[in-house]
Amino acid sequence: MRELSYDVVTIGGGPAGMAAALAAREAGAERVLIIERDRELGGILQQCIHNGFGLRRFEEELTGPGYAHRYIEMVKATDIDVWLDTTVLAAEPGGVITSVSPHAGMTVVRAKSVVYSMGCRERTRGAIRTPGSRPAGVFTAGAAQRMVNMEGYLPGKEVVIVGSGDIGLIMARRMTFEGAKVKAVFEIMPYSNGLTRNIVQCLEDFDIPLYLGHSVTAIHGKDRVTGVTVSKVNDRLEVIEDTAFDVSCDCVLLSVGLIPENELGRAAGLALDPITSGARVDQFRQTSIPGFFAAGNVLHVHDLVDWVSEEAAIAGRSAARHARGELPALGSERSVTAGEGLRTVVPQRLSAFEPGKMSTHFYFRAAKPMGASVLQFWADGVLAFERKLRVVKPSEMIVADIPVRKIGDASTLEFLVVPAPEKIEAEDEIEEEA
Amino acid sequence: MMERVVHAIQCIGCPIGCGGEVVVENGTVSEMSGFTCKKGLAYAAEEVVAPKRMVTTTVRVSGGGLALLPVVSATPVPKERIFDCLCLLRGVTVVAPVAEGAVIVSDALGLGVDFRAARAVSPLQ
Repeated sequence: MRELSYDVVTIGGGPAGMAAALAAREAGAERVLIIERDRELGGILQQCIHNGFGLRRFEEELTGPGYAHRYIEMVKATDIDVWLDTTVLAAEPGGVITSVSPHAGMTVVRAKSVVYSMGCRERTRGAIRTPGSRPAGVFTAGAAQRMVNMEGYLPGKEVVIVGSGDIGLIMARRMTFEGAKVKAVFEIMPYSNGLTRNIVQCLEDFDIPLYLGHSVTAIHGKDRVTGVTVSKVNDRLEVIEDTAFDVSCDCVLLSVGLIPENELGRAAGLALDPITSGARVDQFRQTSIPGFFAAGNVLHVHDLVDWVSEEAAIAGRSAARHARGELPALGSERSVTAGEGLRTVVPQRLSAFEPGKMSTHFYFRAAKPMGASVLQFWADGVLAFERKLRVVKPSEMIVADIPVRKIGDASTLEFLVVPAPEKIEAEDEIEEEA
Repeated sequence: MMERVVHAIQCIGCPIGCGGEVVVENGTVSEMSGFTCKKGLAYAAEEVVAPKRMVTTTVRVSGGGLALLPVVSATPVPKERIFDCLCLLRGVTVVAPVAEGAVIVSDALGLGVDFRAARAVSPLQ
């Protein structure tokens, strides 16, 4: 069995793993390794052939493979080691990583710092407990995306999509492009979980109906799926009687949410955030285990890869500093809470700031859609920072830069989203008129 | 006679997804509101008269490490010609290796739009 040592190892070679490795190398880590289980780097981007990636990071609109290509070229231009076709079996405290691959067999790597960047996976039919038989033809939208875009198979010709997440919307268009008939998208919530631009260019452009407040209550078919039964739901998401109707189809695609693929972290015993299902991290993206960092969709599910790259760079730089013994020891963190109007906040805790640090980034998910709102930051019960938000959607992450001086030495740190006071808006208008 | 039509347009330029209105009087855009960047204004003005979309799909690969090559239009395609472009690309097979950005079909259907490789494909090993 081979045994090797590295300063920084990223587990996963998707956008998060590549950005973390590059940032670690740039920050002075000498021996950096990316471990990837697929046949190439790039992760999920390689199957996301649609465009719209990179507007923030590269200030141009790239396809998924195009965005991956930029990072793969950057990795190639360095001396970062890349292991493909290699699966990590365990990453234990102390930085002992056990992996296996067909070409190298079992390998143990000792890493001074580890970055979890395993991404996420899709929720399945079991996760939403859809009753009915178990015929062929029921896929997650991402699995269908890989079949259509990379392997060259069409998973069905008459398609029903369950859930209105972005992958489902993108696949509605993609299946239409490949000659399939997409009959409808059914979303249980009263609003879509996808980006507005995807509802316009993937559904409305092709007259694909989106049924909000509808749940698929049964899947039919013996060998192959033959159809679904759909019912309206009330505001408690309970099925309303006598609203059921059937839709025939030979393919059901599920786009019902993503969950961090965090088995390695869980096995290592790191503290988790029950809402994100990812690790609880500080502003350095360090988990509860010293020297273990997390970034990208394994930490919390993002909607833009640009934010993944940015977050992973933070984790990579921190990992390099930890490898040199420059990161302060864990133990005196302050908790950050997501209060009213918010579901999640990352980072969930703050360690001592490095000298000269001016501000720190926070990422939030809203609990429900809201109109004009205000993001508020309360430090020890005092309103320390406010930012206006034109619109709030659970599908679109809120990102805010909070000045370090506003955080100060406060021990209770809470963020809220509240409706924008109409009075202030009216006053603004009066001022404009004057 | 004055003809005034108000179009509600949802911008697809970026993930922010601004919604706004475009007023068309006698066939020309007279007013726009709700859009917050230059790109959005340009998109909305075009959307009411000649809608266009970027097109991404795949073409077959011969002798490559991958079965399919993703391709992307270099510029947006008129909406009503999207399926014609897809039909054209369905008949295309490229031979590996392919470099990222290589032109796969130039001036598709005389529309002045090139389709380019969205990634590199190495030969089958």
